[in-house]
Amino acid sequence: MGGLTLNYIIRRVVIFLLTIWVSITIIFLVARLAPGDPISAMVAQASASMGVVENQDAIIEGWKEYFGLNDPIPVQYVKFLGNLLTFNFGPSLIAFPAQVNELIARALPWSIGLGLVTLPLIFFIGNLFGALLAWRRTPGPLKAFIPMTMIFTSLPSVLAGLVFIFVFAFRMKLFPISGPFGRGMQPSFTIEFISSLIHHGILPVASLVIVSFGFWTLGMRGMMVTTEGEDYMTLADAKGLPPFYVLYRYQVRNAILPQVTALAIALRTLVAGQILVEAIFSYRGIGTLIYTSIRNQDYNTIQGTSFVVILFTAVSVLVIDLIYPLIDPRISLEGN
Amino acid sequence: MGAATGQTASLAAPRKAGRLNRFDNPWLNIKLVVGVIMVGSIILMGIFGPMLRDIDLAYVGRSPLNLPPVGFENMRGEGGDPLHPLGTDNSGRDMLSLIIVGAPNSLLVGFVAAGFGMLGGIVLGFTSGFLGGTADDIIRLSADITITIPSLLVLIVIQSLIPVQSLLVMAVLLSLFAWPQPTRLIRAQVMSMRESGYVKMAQLSGVPTSSIMFREMMPNLLPYLAASFIGNTTGSILAAVGLEILGLGPQRLPTLGRTIQNAIDNSGILRDMWWWWGLPTIILIVIFIGLLLINLGLDEVANPRLRKATRQ
Repeated sequence: MGGLTLNYIIRRVVIFLLTIWVSITIIFLVARLAPGDPISAMVAQASASMGVVENQDAIIEGWKEYFGLNDPIPVQYVKFLGNLLTFNFGPSLIAFPAQVNELIARALPWSIGLGLVTLPLIFFIGNLFGALLAWRRTPGPLKAFIPMTMIFTSLPSVLAGLVFIFVFAFRMKLFPISGPFGRGMQPSFTIEFISSLIHHGILPVASLVIVSFGFWTLGMRGMMVTTEGEDYMTLADAKGLPPFYVLYRYQVRNAILPQVTALAIALRTLVAGQILVEAIFSYRGIGTLIYTSIRNQDYNTIQGTSFVVILFTAVSVLVIDLIYPLIDPRISLEGN
Repeated sequence: MGAATGQTASLAAPRKAGRLNRFDNPWLNIKLVVGVIMVGSIILMGIFGPMLRDIDLAYVGRSPLNLPPVGFENMRGEGGDPLHPLGTDNSGRDMLSLIIVGAPNSLLVGFVAAGFGMLGGIVLGFTSGFLGGTADDIIRLSADITITIPSLLVLIVIQSLIPVQSLLVMAVLLSLFAWPQPTRLIRAQVMSMRESGYVKMAQLSGVPTSSIMFREMMPNLLPYLAASFIGNTTGSILAAVGLEILGLGPQRLPTLGRTIQNAIDNSGILRDMWWWWGLPTIILIVIFIGLLLINLGLDEVANPRLRKATRQ
């Protein structure tokens, strides 16, 4: 349990709670600072872009009640806080009378699925390449090849996605251009559907992985170089242990732990990247939901979706922060 | 003197002899130089481009529609027009002029945002490192919170309700998320430097605190600050391009992100108009790779251990 002190846990949880509170407050202030009455403005914009908004009065009334616009500001604020914390985001403007939280519940599994495939891949490929790059016994050609795969590192994933769509989907017709599965299919556990799912998922996943794994490769290489000089490495070599055993059990195992903290730091970028990639691939997740609601100026949906993503990111960071001292007792948690 | 040192060094360790020659100025490492050339050429294009090319062509309806770059054909079989060497988009914007105006705009947003972030970082980092106590606690906590919030989402919420029409406002909004990294970095360095001999010496000699900060400490921080500035520039451009691709940000100013968004919106990919989204993408790739190289190069300046590692 090493470094997991009560102080550390309290600090992390306080940061988590404050993050959520600050985010909600910003969202609240933005809605209040917007020019004019936000509800009428939104409905007016919607009717300008779509011609006619059905149930216009019902929407305005519903929203006035939801926002409690006749209450004093502090009361509005408390109500707003309660609404967001209970995932009550009100009705969607374009999908009225559907509730925003229904739309999010429908989109969220797709985004989580995409993330759960992408993240381990980035972590695995990045660390594998980093380890190989630093290992003395890696064949020369492989050592020359790995840096070449890293030229996409630091690019926005959305640009990689555009290039992939053009080259592999539009020109070479190897992969579908958009959507999470074939047109007209119903989600089911058939081989046909699952293979379509994978076929559609390859390009989005590839565009997220190819721009991110390089950071872990660089970090891993650095850590490997540091462990290389440790006494236990010399001892292991002197004992005549098989080189691959030494690499895996002695060097990689020690070098990989700090890489976990990089996950917490990179999460923000990864989440943002996935939103944009989903949007250009019209993947059925949160990213596409945000994209279409920005298009349609559906502010309720934008607000709810953004809050859910912020909450999700903050929870993930909290979990990583709390797990990390458990798996790496060497870390000192005092101060920074 | 230099030759003598070189000789002893080469006697002691022949491998290290090369490290003493004039090419070993750490600021002249190859990554840094190539990176600066890549980003510098975009800046030069922004300065000299408008003198050589009519940039009014970057706006809607100034040129024929959907022309391919010279030497290519579009889907209707039309060839390129030498007047529009890089082609045009579907509302008559000339791609060459668009890039000449748009690329420096995108770069500028990044630099301005990172600049404001750095300014905040210097003030808060020194305050935190020097004063300690409650001020330090508050600043550290705020930095931790800001780092956890995914900036793109907050910016989406803000910009979807309060439309931003100026690049400067966009940059200021982005800078709200660019201060924690430099703040943390400066704080950590200041805390360790505060105890070092030369700072103690200066304090004993009665040098005012402000000049200890800026005369004694700042020069040592320079490579770290530069790396953090470049990192923030990349992050801010990334966020700005992301927002533009989602359809937010200034609507009328030509930027690379806005051009790509226009192309996506008007199915530029399916119409095989690769120059429309592809050219801005290439320019962005040059910018991002250039900034990454600068960052890696600065890392080597700041951290001599990395220099040795790359030599081997």
